[in-house]
Amino acid sequence: MTRQLITGNGAAAWGARLANVDYVPAFPITPQTEIIETISRWVDSDQMNARMVTLESEHSMITAAGAAATTGIRVFTATSSQGLLYGMEMIYTVAGWRAPFVMVNVSRGLAAPITLESDHNDIMAARDCGFLQIHCMTCQDVLDNVLIAYRLAEHHDVRLPVFVNLDGFYLSFTREPVSIPDSKEAFAYVGDYDPENIRFRASSPESQAVAVLGGSPYSYFRYETHLANMNGLRVYDEITTEFAERFGRNYAPVETYHCDDADYVFFMTGSFSTKAKEAVDRLRDADWQIGLVQLRMMRPYPEQMLKTTLAGKKAVAVIDQNISMGKGGVLHQELTSVLYGDHDAPAIVASFIGGLGGRDISSEEFYQIAKVLKQAVSDNKTPAPRLLYTETEMREFKKLQAIAHVERDDLGSHKKRTGA
Amino acid sequence: MTEAIIKRMIELPSTHLLGTGTPMCAGCGGLSALHEIYDVLGTNNVFVNAAGCMTLLSVYPFTPFRGSWLYTAMASAPAGAQGIRDALDILIEKKRIAPEEDMDVVVLTGDGAAYGMGLSSTSNTIDQNLNYIYICYDNEGYGNTGQQTSPATPHAATTSTSKDYPGYKKDLFSIWVANKPTYVATVIGAEPLDLAKKIEKAKQLKGPRMIIALAMCPAGWDFDPKHSIEIGKLAIKTGVFPLKEYIDGKVVHTRIPRHRTPVEEYLKLQGRFRHLFEPERDEEQLAEIQARIDTYWEKVLSDQE
Repeated sequence: MTRQLITGNGAAAWGARLANVDYVPAFPITPQTEIIETISRWVDSDQMNARMVTLESEHSMITAAGAAATTGIRVFTATSSQGLLYGMEMIYTVAGWRAPFVMVNVSRGLAAPITLESDHNDIMAARDCGFLQIHCMTCQDVLDNVLIAYRLAEHHDVRLPVFVNLDGFYLSFTREPVSIPDSKEAFAYVGDYDPENIRFRASSPESQAVAVLGGSPYSYFRYETHLANMNGLRVYDEITTEFAERFGRNYAPVETYHCDDADYVFFMTGSFSTKAKEAVDRLRDADWQIGLVQLRMMRPYPEQMLKTTLAGKKAVAVIDQNISMGKGGVLHQELTSVLYGDHDAPAIVASFIGGLGGRDISSEEFYQIAKVLKQAVSDNKTPAPRLLYTETEMREFKKLQAIAHVERDDLGSHKKRTGA
Repeated sequence: MTEAIIKRMIELPSTHLLGTGTPMCAGCGGLSALHEIYDVLGTNNVFVNAAGCMTLLSVYPFTPFRGSWLYTAMASAPAGAQGIRDALDILIEKKRIAPEEDMDVVVLTGDGAAYGMGLSSTSNTIDQNLNYIYICYDNEGYGNTGQQTSPATPHAATTSTSKDYPGYKKDLFSIWVANKPTYVATVIGAEPLDLAKKIEKAKQLKGPRMIIALAMCPAGWDFDPKHSIEIGKLAIKTGVFPLKEYIDGKVVHTRIPRHRTPVEEYLKLQGRFRHLFEPERDEEQLAEIQARIDTYWEKVLSDQE
C-alpha cells in the first residue's frame, strides 16, 4: 500500500488497473478524459496488461464494452454527461445482456445550456436501466468502489454492469490523499473473471440477446434483471465486509454522520455531502441536534436501511443536485416513496435543489436549510420545494442579462445601419 | 490474392447449414443470399446483428444458426463486432482459451443500418482495421417497418414515405472502397456462383470485408414472390446492380453485361415503379434511369481499355 495525492480521475484509473481489467473501450469527454489518458499511458508502458481501443462514439463504446464482456473478459470504461446520454440506448441494452462490467461516470450537468461542470442529472437519467449505481464522496471512495464494483458486477447472484459515479471537477480534478492498495492484495480481493454462462466459444455456440415475441417472455427477462439488481444489496454487504477485513476501510449503501441522536437530518449523495459534514459540525457547535445521511448506493435502493436510519427523526432536508423538470428533485421523490406509510417516519421531508452545473452550496445555505426544517417542525407543515439561489447570484445574473440585451440591441442597430 | 476453390455451379456446397422455418417473407432475396453465404462461410462464427428484418431470425428460444449470435442495436453492430473480436483476441493472447475456440465475427444488417445509422460505427471498424466480415442485405428501404425510404432507396421508387423518390441510391460500395479496406463485393442470391466465389475469397482474407447483397423484396418492392429470382437476374442483366469486387487496391467487375437488357424490363415487374408505366409512360424518367446506367457501364468499359 502507498499513500498518494491523486485526483478522482486518477483514483478511477487506479481502480481499473488494480482490478486487472483486460479491455478498455474509450471515448474522450470532459471531465472524464484524464481517466482514459492515464490508462492509455499505463497500457503503453506495460504497467497494465490490457488492450485499449478508441471508438467513434459513446454509443459504440458501450456496445463494444458489453459485447466484450459477453465474450468473457473483464472490461472497464468511463464517460460523462452528454456521452452517457448519447450511449443511453446501449446502457439499457447491455444491462439486458447481463454483461458484467464497470463503467465510471464523471457527473456533469446536461445541455441545454451546455456546461462542463458538475451535477447529477446525467447519472439520474440512467436510474432505471439495470446498472447498479454507486455514488462516491471522496477520491478514496472512487478507487475502493471500482474494485468493489467488479466483485458486485461479477457476483453469481447479480451479473449486471455497475456504475461508479463521481462528481466532475469537485472529485475528478481534486487531489486528495488516497491509499493505493498493493496490486497483489487487490488481485487477491477482486479475483479472476469467471464468465460463467455468458461467453462466445467455438465449441459451444450461443445465441445472446435474441428477440422475444410477446409480453410474457419479455416480462420474465425484465423481472429477472430487476431481481438480480435487488440482490446487489446483500452482495454489497458481503463483499464490503471482506473489503474491510482486507483493507481496513468500511463501505455501506447508506453512511451516517452524527445521526443517532439527531432530530434534523441532511440527506445527500456525492462529494457535496462532505460539505454538509462541515455544516453539521458547525451546527452541532451551536447545539443543534442535527446529522447527515449520505446515500452511496442509488441502485439497488437501500429501502429498509433508510427507513431504519430515519425512523423517529423530526425532519429531513433532501438536497438534490438534479432536477426532474416538472417534478423536482429525484432523491426527494425516491426517499418520500419509501418513507410513506411508516408510522415512525419523519413528518417533514423537505426538498431543496441546488449545486446545479457546478454551483456551490455554501455553509450559510446549509444553516438556512436547518432553520427551514426547524420552522417546518414548529409549524407542523412541510415547506414548498426550494430552488437554492441567492440574492447576490440573482443580482449578478441580472447584470449578465443586461449585457446580453445591450449586445443584441447593438447588433440589431448595426444591421439596420448597414442594411445587412 | 487467394485461390478460388469453387469454379463451377456443381461445386457449390449443398449443405444447407442455415435452418428453415424462419419468419422471413416468401421470396426474400436477403434470405436466399444468406443461405448461400452461410453454406460457404460455415458455422464457426458469431453473427452480430442490427435492427432489421433479420433480427427476427433468432427469436427466443429458436435460431436457424448453428453458430453464435448477438443482437445489438440498429446503429452499432460493427462496434459489437469490435468488442467480440478484441475479446477473443485477448482470450487467446492471454491463453485463457485454446486457439481452436476462435470464431469469425460477422456483422449482419440491412441497408438502413449499413447505409445510414450504422455508418458511424462502421467507419470506426475501418479506422481500426478490424478483422471481420460485414454482410448487408440491401432491400433498398426500411423493410421491417414497411418499406419506408432509406439511404439505399433508388431513384423514382415509391415507398411508404415517398411517392416517386426524388433522391438517388447512396453509393456504399465506393464509400468503403475510398477507405481502402481489405475487400468489398456486391453479390446477389440469384447469381450463386459469383456469390460463392466472393464469399470464399472474403473468408480467406483478414481485415474489414464488406459484402453488399441486393435483396429482392416482394413485400417492399411489390411483386409476386415467384418472380424474385427473375428480378434478381434482371438486376444484373440490365446493369442496374453491378456485380463487382474491390481487392488488392482495384475494383473489378465480375459480370459485365455487354448486351444490356433495357432497365424497364427490371422496373416494370415491380409495383414500386408502376407509376413510371401507368397510367402513361414517364418517358423522361425512364430515359434518365437508363442514361445513368449507360453512363456507368460506358465508364467501366472505357476504364478497361
